[in-house]
Amino acid sequence: MSIKFSEDHEWIQSQGDDLVVIGITDFAQEQLGDLVYVELPEVGDECSRGENISVIESVKAASDLVAPVSGTIVEVNSRLEDEPELVTEDSMGDGWFIKVKLSSPEELDELMDESAYNSFIEE
Amino acid sequence: MSKDTLIRTTPLHQMHLDAGAKMVPFAGYDMPVSYPLGIKKEHNHTREKAGLFDVSHMGQIRLGGANAKKALESIVPVDIIDLPLMKLRYALFTNKSGGVMDDLMVTNLGDEDLFLVVNAGCKNSDFAHLQRTIGDDCKVEFLEDVALLALQGPLAHKVLSEIAPSISEMIFMTAKQVVINGIECLVTRSGYTGEDGFEISLAAKDSEELAKLLLSNIEVEWVGLGARDSLRLEAGLSLYGHELDIHHSPVESSLGWALSKVRRTGGEREGNYLGFETIMKHINEGSESKVVGLQPEGRMPVRDGAMIEDELGNNVGKVTSGGFGPSINRPIAIARLKKSYIEKNSKLFALVRDKKIAVEIVSLPFVKQNYYRG
Repeated sequence: MSIKFSEDHEWIQSQGDDLVVIGITDFAQEQLGDLVYVELPEVGDECSRGENISVIESVKAASDLVAPVSGTIVEVNSRLEDEPELVTEDSMGDGWFIKVKLSSPEELDELMDESAYNSFIEE
Repeated sequence: MSKDTLIRTTPLHQMHLDAGAKMVPFAGYDMPVSYPLGIKKEHNHTREKAGLFDVSHMGQIRLGGANAKKALESIVPVDIIDLPLMKLRYALFTNKSGGVMDDLMVTNLGDEDLFLVVNAGCKNSDFAHLQRTIGDDCKVEFLEDVALLALQGPLAHKVLSEIAPSISEMIFMTAKQVVINGIECLVTRSGYTGEDGFEISLAAKDSEELAKLLLSNIEVEWVGLGARDSLRLEAGLSLYGHELDIHHSPVESSLGWALSKVRRTGGEREGNYLGFETIMKHINEGSESKVVGLQPEGRMPVRDGAMIEDELGNNVGKVTSGGFGPSINRPIAIARLKKSYIEKNSKLFALVRDKKIAVEIVSLPFVKQNYYRG
């Protein structure tokens, strides 16, 4: 399944049927440092692209997770509530944040592929 | 001139870059907030072994002359005249209204020679204040080309005594002139992490050599400003600009313990410093606010600036420092609250984004201080 990236350093992996899994990239978790708390949205919440949907707290500061796509949140990784370090340890795997049912699947076309993202973070 | 050229660096700047530190602007300096180890591990390393901090951005000032002690005493609510030789004392610069302009450490290096360490963000205004108020009574010298290293943690003593055996007898809040590997150092057994440890003042040109020597011990790791903040927060230590500011007296900042008896009303050398009347009023009649520890419920950090309310939604105060305590693995905070609510022990909440987090007033520190008092 294809994986895309946002300028806000999120990865968006398609699972078919307009379902995507969203997390933050390794680059982002390195920038944030040790995470101590993740505030997740509720299952069933609607999100629109660009909206703050989750808060990621490191020892030092709080940052927002910005929705890279619009849709309905169908699942959240509730393990993060007790184990925010999963994001640090495995940002592309066990450290996923949410699953979204897309309302505008064409938004995926505006995201970067892996090589575009790699050039983006090198800038 | 671009803004970047105004950013200053410490003599150890290149070492931080070489160590892979994440650098941030702090008090006009480009400072390491963390190293590749990360804030949590740096924090825990300091609690378990020994952390090395570059605090060369802090201001180092010498006061000289026969009247130096008397002069300094006239601008702090603290006993300086009776400060014994090679001992340290915590002091505060107060203003006319009893507010705090900065907090500082004073070391008596000789009765005509005092050594002050002040906060980086206040050092220029402190120097101006010293010159204006006591510049005619003693020599005020702002030390340039100096560095300040802090070695903190339960193994700090072991590490330092291996290269400087003469420090082994020192106790908390004492000072000693020591030559380490041919480098002249002023060592104090002090720090701001709640752990046993030392601060070492030395010439800028020697600082890299000493830092490398300390880091060559496997128990020592660089620790950045991020962990310095979480360490001092757990230790319940005030930070200027957070718990302390010009708008609140030392009593309102719960620093009554720092106000020497001899300088209070009825004391041998009462008063004769800025803000004396207000400060004594707060000591005798109590102040409207106090600084207290807060334990937030759950895992969400409650940070600086979060408002505190009671059950009815009345404003009770504000968080002055808040974050996460890696040693106790939960969020912790310090807040300035209206005293009536502290006494009532009301049910309180911190407002974080759109949520109300229950908080409990707790005594400070969150982590037991571990000073070596002999």
